Amino acid sequence: MEIKKTSLYQLHQDCNAKFVEFAGYQMPIQYSEGIVEEHKFTRNHSGIFDVSHMGQLFIYGGEDLIKDLERIFPLDLKNLKLNHSKYSFLMDKDAGIHDDLIITKTNEGFLIILNAACKNNDFKILKELLKEKYKMVLDENRSLIAIQGPKSSQILNDIIDGVKHLNFMSGNWFSFENQKVYITRSGYTGEDGFEISIANDFVDKLTRELINKGSKLIGLGARDTLRLEAGLCLYGHDLDKDKTPVEANLKWAISKERISKGDFIGSDIIIKQLNDGVSKIRVGIKPEGRIIAREKTKIFNQSDVQIGEITSGTFGPSVNGPVAMGYVENEFSKKNTKVFLEVRGKKHPASICSLPFYKKSYVKGVN
Amino acid sequence: MSEVKYSKEHEWIKLDGDVATIGITKHATEMLGDIVFAELPEKGSNVEKDGTAGVVESTKAASDVYTPVSGEVVDTNQAIVDDPSKINQDPEDSAWFFKLKIKDPSEMETLMNKDDYDKFAKETSS
Repeated sequence: MEIKKTSLYQLHQDCNAKFVEFAGYQMPIQYSEGIVEEHKFTRNHSGIFDVSHMGQLFIYGGEDLIKDLERIFPLDLKNLKLNHSKYSFLMDKDAGIHDDLIITKTNEGFLIILNAACKNNDFKILKELLKEKYKMVLDENRSLIAIQGPKSSQILNDIIDGVKHLNFMSGNWFSFENQKVYITRSGYTGEDGFEISIANDFVDKLTRELINKGSKLIGLGARDTLRLEAGLCLYGHDLDKDKTPVEANLKWAISKERISKGDFIGSDIIIKQLNDGVSKIRVGIKPEGRIIAREKTKIFNQSDVQIGEITSGTFGPSVNGPVAMGYVENEFSKKNTKVFLEVRGKKHPASICSLPFYKKSYVKGVN
Repeated sequence: MSEVKYSKEHEWIKLDGDVATIGITKHATEMLGDIVFAELPEKGSNVEKDGTAGVVESTKAASDVYTPVSGEVVDTNQAIVDDPSKINQDPEDSAWFFKLKIKDPSEMETLMNKDDYDKFAKETSS
């Protein structure tokens, strides 16, 4: 299969990107400054991420669509306000996660942002579940960029006036070069920021303008360290079909209103796990010292019995030390529990910690 | 002091009497990206030519560090363990990894000189 390129490919090349194949796309893993500098620049200034490989699924419909989607997603979509977004998951009947996603209510229906590696399968699943009653477009003609970090609001607002008034997890249509762009205040770095859905032919121009205003392109490498410091899950690593949202410690994303009624795919298992507890659960793990415990690292208790496995682990540039997440048996999931991580045949001490590893201390509305 | 030699695993080695100083090349650091972790062999341990003698990790992945010659580890550079970013900053000088009392000087002859290594690095990275 031919490797796809996003509409920003030329710009990535102009910025000396190192490329890597990701989910069938040629994507920038980093630029000349490197992952650590890119990570810090995003935390301190503003970084632009090309996430055009992700799926932008528009589903058109009204009241019936809301009812049908509520049978699929554990969300109170009926009461979701227009242009507001929610984090959710597409589950199978056993509550195993097919994908995690962001769903936004638009004036014509819903926009769902899907993971690149899952989007075609998600589309198939949703089409079957919705019985082809609604027009569904997995839009290949639009690009998606994220701009993240404390300076992003001002930078983007200088180009597209009004975006700074958006609240977190809400969006709207704006205009750039007479093109309709859909902008949400969201992201996946633990920073304030926006995601911008824009026609392929205009994304290069917008991105170059953002760079001229002081933002910089950031690669997938820093995207990974940023999201891990923020305690956010990466599908295919921290989430997959063998894990449920309750096990993934994401029950905050399940609507209480919907739990009381059930009646969505996987609801039996979700309700059972919420009532009875789970045997394994996702936790943050902080290794002592500098040792990095990567995905598949085995986790042991103090009696040398394996109690789990790391699902994501790296060096966190803002934390200035190693960070990891993984699943452990529930009885070992309490904060500050001492565990051991087996790296290259040796056991290294670590402790269970709360997420995120890095939290922004915003001060808003001071001046 | 003899000329600096290079291995196909991207280590450099500088011999002073029977003590060799070993580190990784600038080219290696450019391939690896930001180095955030370094593990060195234990002082007093013996390492064999082409065997593992340490680990470096970037934010992306771990890579073994090999020793281009055999010998006994007589010193290690704690400074790069404490601050691995030094390896990116000055890989071929102050950010050396370990020193060996070498066993067999003839092992040095199997290694490349600078010109040959530069050529090798260019060919293998393209």
